[in-house]
Amino acid sequence: MKVQDHVKLYRREDYEKLFRDKREFECPYPEEEVKKVEEYTKTEEYREKNFNRKALTINPAKACQPLGAVLCALGFKDTMPFVHGSQGCVAYFRSHLSRHFKEPVPAVSTSMTEDAAVFGGLSNMIEGLENAYALYKPKMFAISTTCMAEVIGDDLNAFIKKAKQQGIIPEDLPTPYANTPSFTGSHINGYDAMLKGILSYATQGLRAIKGEKINLILGFDTYSGNYREIKRILNMMGVPHIILADISDSLDSPNFGDYEMYPGGTSLEELRDSINSKATLSLQKYSSLKTGEFIKESWGQPFVNVPYPIGIRNTDLFIDTVKDLTGKEIPQELIEERGRVVDAIIDSYAYIHGKRFALIGDPDLLLGLLSFILELGGIPVHIVCTNGDEDFEREAYALLQREPLFGSEGKVYIKKDMWHLRSLLFTEPVDLLIGNSYCKALWKDTGIPLIRVGFPIFDRHHMHRYPILGYQGALNLLTLIVNTVLDELDRETKDSPSFDVIR
Amino acid sequence: MTRIIEQDTQRIVDEVLEVYPEKTKKERKKHLLANDPECSSSTCGLKSNVKSRPGVMTSRGCAYAGSKGVVWGPIKDMIHISHGPVGCGQYSWWSRRNYYTGKTGINAFGAMHITSDFQENDIVFGGDKKLEQLCREIREIFPLAKGISIQCECPVGLIGDDIESVARKMTKELGIPVIPVRCEGFRGISQSLGHHIANDSIRDWVLGKVKGILEKETPYDVLILGDYNIGGEAWSSRKILEEMGLRVIAQIPGDCTLNELTNMPRPKLILVHCYRSTNYIARYMEENFGIPWMEYNFFGPTKIYESMRKIAKRFDEKIIEQTEKVIEKYKPLMDSVIEQYRPRLEGKRVMLYVGGLRPRHIVGAYEDLGMVVVATGYEFAHRDDYERTYPELPKNSLIYDDPPHYELENFADALKPDLVGSGIKEKYVYHKMGIPFRQMHSWDYSGPYHGFDGFPVFARDMDMAVNNPSWKLIRRKGR
Repeated sequence: MKVQDHVKLYRREDYEKLFRDKREFECPYPEEEVKKVEEYTKTEEYREKNFNRKALTINPAKACQPLGAVLCALGFKDTMPFVHGSQGCVAYFRSHLSRHFKEPVPAVSTSMTEDAAVFGGLSNMIEGLENAYALYKPKMFAISTTCMAEVIGDDLNAFIKKAKQQGIIPEDLPTPYANTPSFTGSHINGYDAMLKGILSYATQGLRAIKGEKINLILGFDTYSGNYREIKRILNMMGVPHIILADISDSLDSPNFGDYEMYPGGTSLEELRDSINSKATLSLQKYSSLKTGEFIKESWGQPFVNVPYPIGIRNTDLFIDTVKDLTGKEIPQELIEERGRVVDAIIDSYAYIHGKRFALIGDPDLLLGLLSFILELGGIPVHIVCTNGDEDFEREAYALLQREPLFGSEGKVYIKKDMWHLRSLLFTEPVDLLIGNSYCKALWKDTGIPLIRVGFPIFDRHHMHRYPILGYQGALNLLTLIVNTVLDELDRETKDSPSFDVIR
Repeated sequence: MTRIIEQDTQRIVDEVLEVYPEKTKKERKKHLLANDPECSSSTCGLKSNVKSRPGVMTSRGCAYAGSKGVVWGPIKDMIHISHGPVGCGQYSWWSRRNYYTGKTGINAFGAMHITSDFQENDIVFGGDKKLEQLCREIREIFPLAKGISIQCECPVGLIGDDIESVARKMTKELGIPVIPVRCEGFRGISQSLGHHIANDSIRDWVLGKVKGILEKETPYDVLILGDYNIGGEAWSSRKILEEMGLRVIAQIPGDCTLNELTNMPRPKLILVHCYRSTNYIARYMEENFGIPWMEYNFFGPTKIYESMRKIAKRFDEKIIEQTEKVIEKYKPLMDSVIEQYRPRLEGKRVMLYVGGLRPRHIVGAYEDLGMVVVATGYEFAHRDDYERTYPELPKNSLIYDDPPHYELENFADALKPDLVGSGIKEKYVYHKMGIPFRQMHSWDYSGPYHGFDGFPVFARDMDMAVNNPSWKLIRRKGR
């Protein structure tokens, strides 16, 4: 039997008729008017109106702080992300992360309701800690807040202290916390706040004894493959290291027919040891602003930002920085790997040179992608960053100006959303669009092929398991970009003599 | 015939409860039950619709999810503002698969995230001014939007904004209805209150306030209520009703327009799909407009035939006769689906945990395929849902209300189901456990599962989950 599901069903004549007949009750606008408005939304005039919006946000490329805090918490072993506030938020964080990683995501809420809005959430916090500890036996609670708890001004620290005084949870159970109001910043700031909270709690009262390791912060990075790749490079170089908030095993765990709630993450021993490292290297500046300040001031440890190592130059810079920090040599194997990827780029550049790109995503990701596109001879045209600030804007322009031949056309739009980008794509078309899964709406409207990079990626499987960092990541991205161009070329030429088999 | 499952349900329940702190144990005990189909609330009395205990990892969402995500979100020609900070709208964006026809961003707005993106200033000084400005901008940017709803997130109620005033003012100024919905996430204890609040806002701000058009009425006019058109399932139900000779004058809220909402007082009969989320407005229509309503279930042939006949009986001979003809037309197809899939699924044990109606509605479809539902439960059901559930299930099957992650995992260990049907938060837990799983909120990106067109898809998907060879690749640790 040939089963027809939604993909085929609604193109069948009986359903086409059903849709037509249903219009009688829908009272729709006439088709000509819909067409007219659709065309109008593609114009310069509409673009101007669109960019004049002051209050209305449409399809923003950012999430809220506690989501970042939960992701950060998941990067530590035996740690339960614990969110103080309304329970719906936690249901959303879990769903959202699961849809991207295709993995279980544990997190608990204190389920605050109206009475907590009036009396405060102390009893919710206490009962929440008691229940979660009994059921899930974490070795650490990483506590963050939803906007409800922030608006009513719950005092996290006092609440946690009280829970411990009452013997609800052991005195020595680590309970780092962070205030993560969703009405400031975005998921990258929540990540930063939680990481700072965890580091400061875990190393409180400890005195640094300088060791040989270096700490790595990847930031709000949703590629489990990136963590594995960075570890592989460091191991290859023989660099002892601690990856802070390592989600690679907690959000990409093997299937052994058994569910484990805490399958991976930075161990609590490593966490406490991180104060002793030689230096901390952050790959995402904008995801670690507060954490960086803390490490410099409280640990007295060098805190070094390198650009997100996307592409050859950024990876070189990353590896050179590691070399400088540790005195370790770059192994031949890595040099050869670099050579192979550069060779691949040279084999493919012809299809990317001069291609015009639009990009949307988080600030560090965008800076990394920009650098790579410029290396390939691509032309970044629209760079949209919903959660970017003026510092990011300056940095992005500086990067573009470094390669005037390819970068001079690029325009950076901070605090703008995907609906702004839609206007940009219609009035100043480009060849390729880079962004998350939600950008498929832009692909649908404009026909510009979408290269899925960033978060969330819901509609393609396993992309997050492949690194986009390091030389290997550059090869993966290159393959993705060039093959998107080639797919598009086939589509474009399939009814013409140019439909070649060798490209 | 009473169906009985041989399992020591009570012992399993007691063992799972062991780990809880005393207070929570006492509370959770009341939410678990070994089913007796003869059960009534007075004899069994499963506790439901009360607060989830903090920290237990409930799957429940919030009132905003119930209103924006469920009831209002699918009304396709209106803009639904996620009013407050950016997250809520982000996480509920384009995720529920309530299909619609139309051009997104032009004359339909379902798969969009429209938000006031509250900043600190809005919290400190209030968001009403911004909301006014936002409504004006919607009118400019989306000239074909037929209306606006304001879906409140937590902070709005906490800072004391007066969105009702804004709504009244903007309705007048913009010439389209602007509807305030007080669905702040902290209200109530689950999505359920959000459904209720959304129903009330339709009653208070649409009925009698918004003028609609319905050219004529016929004696065969019905209205589908509470079908969210997940994967297009309201369409596959509508098709059956139309083939029976009925005229569906509105499909609420899946693929619904504002005009269809205004048709609420016009049908001869309201057909309620999800009782939990729309019974409020159905009752209101009955009490105030004298329009009768009835529930139906188009899941699996047994229930489809039963429901079609029940609906037909509300009309005349002509409809009854036509209904029999439709059943006759589809029966061979349904029989062949069963013939193909039943041998592959016979006796397989199913564990369910879903939302509004499916924990009971889909039982019949599984039974049509020879499968046994050994456990079921709801995220946010009330007493009347459980009363409707007891008779649908075999004796001794386990019923749970708002079970936390911990309970579900342990019940699965004890009951050893061959298939689990639940949501995205559960899906990958069961994948790790090596237990076949289907999402039964979103139909796991498949569907429809309703109606004659849906049942073959349902059967195919359940077979696919249970019998896919990849499960055999798992090499268990230490074995």
